[in-house]
Amino acid sequence: MKYTGNAIKYGDNVDTDVIIPARYLNTSVPSELASHCMEDLDKTFVSRVKQGDIITAGLNFGCGSSREHAPIAIKASGISLVIAKSFARIFYRNAINIGLAIVECPEAADDIKEGDSVEADLDNGIIRNLTTGREYRTSPFPEFIQKIIENGGLIASIANGAVK
Amino acid sequence: MGMTMTQKILAAHAGLSTVKAGDLILASLDLVLGNDITSPVAIKEFAKLGKDSVFDKEKITMIMDHFVPNKDIKAAEQCKTCRSFCSDMDITHFYDVGDMGIEHALIPEKGLVTAGDVVIGADSHTCTYGALGAFSTGVGSTDMACGMAIGKAWFKVPSAIRIELTGTLRPYVSGKDVILHIIGKIGVDGALYRSMEFGGKGLSSLSMADRFTIANMAIEAGAKNGIFETDYKTLLYLNQHGSKSHKIYEADYDAEYDKKLYINLSEIEPTVAFPHLPENAKTFNEIEDIKIDQVVIGSCTNGRIEDLQAAAEILKGRHVAKGVRVIIIPATQQVYLDAMEQGLLKIFIESGAVVSTPTCGPCLGGYMGILADGERAVTTTNRNFVGRMGHTGSEVYLASPATAAASALTGRITSPWEVMK
Repeated sequence: MKYTGNAIKYGDNVDTDVIIPARYLNTSVPSELASHCMEDLDKTFVSRVKQGDIITAGLNFGCGSSREHAPIAIKASGISLVIAKSFARIFYRNAINIGLAIVECPEAADDIKEGDSVEADLDNGIIRNLTTGREYRTSPFPEFIQKIIENGGLIASIANGAVK
Repeated sequence: MGMTMTQKILAAHAGLSTVKAGDLILASLDLVLGNDITSPVAIKEFAKLGKDSVFDKEKITMIMDHFVPNKDIKAAEQCKTCRSFCSDMDITHFYDVGDMGIEHALIPEKGLVTAGDVVIGADSHTCTYGALGAFSTGVGSTDMACGMAIGKAWFKVPSAIRIELTGTLRPYVSGKDVILHIIGKIGVDGALYRSMEFGGKGLSSLSMADRFTIANMAIEAGAKNGIFETDYKTLLYLNQHGSKSHKIYEADYDAEYDKKLYINLSEIEPTVAFPHLPENAKTFNEIEDIKIDQVVIGSCTNGRIEDLQAAAEILKGRHVAKGVRVIIIPATQQVYLDAMEQGLLKIFIESGAVVSTPTCGPCLGGYMGILADGERAVTTTNRNFVGRMGHTGSEVYLASPATAAASALTGRITSPWEVMK
């Protein structure tokens, strides 16, 4: 899996309440959720995000509520990949389950700057900063998770018998 | 190498004799939970599986608690989706207006979880049932959908932090102060991906209400689950609430922990978490005069009868400060009824507070107490993120029911020790 896009950078502890505020949880339509994505943290996100862009963030990205609306909103807004120093665990599994690519890489999260052009090859565990030429290494997903992602998420994995 | 409580429960539910931290397993589930916000997404995902029945209609519960009684048309539509799914699937434990309560207070009250269970819930505070010696953890809607379909979920086996309790809490100090103190010490990612396992000589002094509050907020330290050793109080609670037969899992003597924390309950003081993270815990020697506009006493964290009793003891015969709006929300219909029979509702209303039907409402900025720009609230809820309870310019201070009640009386953030001298 390869992803290329420009970085949109955030700090530590970006919580699911700012990713998609609860006042919008009266719907689960991805495009409606995307239209309010990051609203309480960054009002400019929705207008500047472009298809394929990559979010980079600090520690504990996606902490707080279990709302799957958060990764759904991010994915529907066009973000192809989230690189963070660490993820809150429910967000982590939600992202895998719905097929939003995520990767933990503290070095990349620190070094990549807002607007940098980034290319990530998750199969081989390499992230490249095309703006600076720097390269960062990540660990590939465990086989079990890889299988879920390759099958297109948890629902598809169960539907085709890959997870029983 | 020995296993922790959590590891033993997970091993047993995965049909394995041992597991170790980092193993990926598929575990069978004793209960799958969802609410009116997360279930509609799960129902949509479930439909993609093409199944016409759930794995076990007795082991699924859907509770309408976040935006009910419905706050708007969209919320009403979401509840309608849940209601119709539960009717089609003949789900036994569907709770709607009239018999609903805030899920994490209602489920133990109804005896739906017991010691040794594995529970997933599409709500982050599902970790609450660790107070009963169960492994329970928050997941998303897709996990809920798959749990409803096959009765299983994947887990990465967590390592653990052991929290060794000694001593006894002082008057007007409760489980909320303990967990805010702990999160203040280790931070909002201090237990990320791990279990928080509570035990030790001080455990027996903690009420079940205190334990529910502590386990409830394990997620605010990033934990996968919080779990308590079981003792006579756990068994008494399970017995009184008609829970099914239980199994007690104890950690091995040689279980390995990433870290051990020693908490002397006798040293815990009334504690308040300042905006905008639960880790910003302060005690009153560090707190200056902070004027407030609103107080909320309720939620899955602190809406139990013991919480209302603690607030009533402080509010009794006194009046809330001018300009402070005080909203009290019993967590379940049973708590509401008990509060009525014990005369607590009269105390609240005479003190100038309002009492609401059970709902998560204001905790997540849904309705029933939204804050305007620049307003401050002292609340017994669990999160104080930017905009959590309303405008992004508002501020939420997390505290115990006793501290919230004391603050209601003075109109500023106040220690219960100050008003109950």
